[in-house]
Amino acid sequence: MSDPGWPLFEVFLRGKRGLNHVHVGSLHAADAQMALRHARDLYTRRNEGVSIWVVASADITASSPDEKDPFFAPSGDKVYRHPTFYDIPDSVPHI
Amino acid sequence: MGFDTAYEAITEESDDQRWAFGTGFADPLAGVETGVPDGVPGADLGAYCLMLGDDALIMSHRLQEWLARAPELEEETALANIALDLLGQARLLLTRAGYADGSGRTEDDLAFGRGVSEFRNVRLTEVGDADFGGLIARLLVFSTWRLALLDRLRGSSDPVLAAIAARGVLELTYHRDYAAQWLLRLALGTSYSRERMAAGLAAVAPLIPELFLDSDLELRLSPRVAVRPAELRAEFDSVLAGVLDRVGLVWPKGSGEPARRGVHTDQLGPLLDELQSVARANPGATW
Repeated sequence: MSDPGWPLFEVFLRGKRGLNHVHVGSLHAADAQMALRHARDLYTRRNEGVSIWVVASADITASSPDEKDPFFAPSGDKVYRHPTFYDIPDSVPHI
Repeated sequence: MGFDTAYEAITEESDDQRWAFGTGFADPLAGVETGVPDGVPGADLGAYCLMLGDDALIMSHRLQEWLARAPELEEETALANIALDLLGQARLLLTRAGYADGSGRTEDDLAFGRGVSEFRNVRLTEVGDADFGGLIARLLVFSTWRLALLDRLRGSSDPVLAAIAARGVLELTYHRDYAAQWLLRLALGTSYSRERMAAGLAAVAPLIPELFLDSDLELRLSPRVAVRPAELRAEFDSVLAGVLDRVGLVWPKGSGEPARRGVHTDQLGPLLDELQSVARANPGATW
């Protein structure tokens, strides 16, 4: 197909009990406003969400698989970076 | 937040593990008194619910015909959602009709067991669409008209009708927005898309006047139970003018005589043949 069609958008939903938006998939749309409506029609039709974000896939800068080791491997053995050495009070949720 | 899948994070906590069938749904008729209100003739209420239900059923069927032939996959889902919203309204209204008129007919009896002459939908809902522009014109007219109607029906003295209308208003608001967005895009797109959009408006214009004809039934039931269609005209004109002004289009002069409900084009017969084919081939079948 020579026609590239509509650009791709990534869709993020926040559910009723969710605190943050979660990536749920992608779709095609002519622009962001249309993408928002398509996201409503494709990803919230089973009552999943109360808030939608869409972002053009082209606007996402992603880490490269080639950089995986230098990016992520060094944090693998630094257990002291985890807040596991003290108790979290019950009154502090969502950690 | 430790969730195994994205859907776990966004769906409601529920015993129902089948998230694909949805969670947290509400029954629009929960807690609603279903008896026919005192002083309201059951036959009239049934006939009124029947015509509102037929409008939704036939419009829904025409929308379903776009499945597998919509211009984009995303639009196909959007049209399917709208069709399902209207089918939901039709089911509730036909069920109400069969209950109120005392005949005990079910929604299936009414949807699948009547012939062309017994359907009470307006002709606008039954005509096929020449192209996507034609669909958008028809959907904008239908949803603008029905939204104005259901908005007023929320105050109906029949609690079931009021509850169905309250749910429908939210659905129709989205349908109208969907159609208006597409009208703007097509009218402001290429010269060809504008031409097709204008052709769609021209095709639907002759079917508009009859949407606002008061019938004897509506005159008898208004203002307590029903709404007089003539009252909807000002809001309809204002909403449509607001959309068309933005793109510099005007309504083509409508010609053709308005038809009373129950008068149909020759397109309803073939539509019902398809809609009722399974029920006719397998009477009473269930699965």
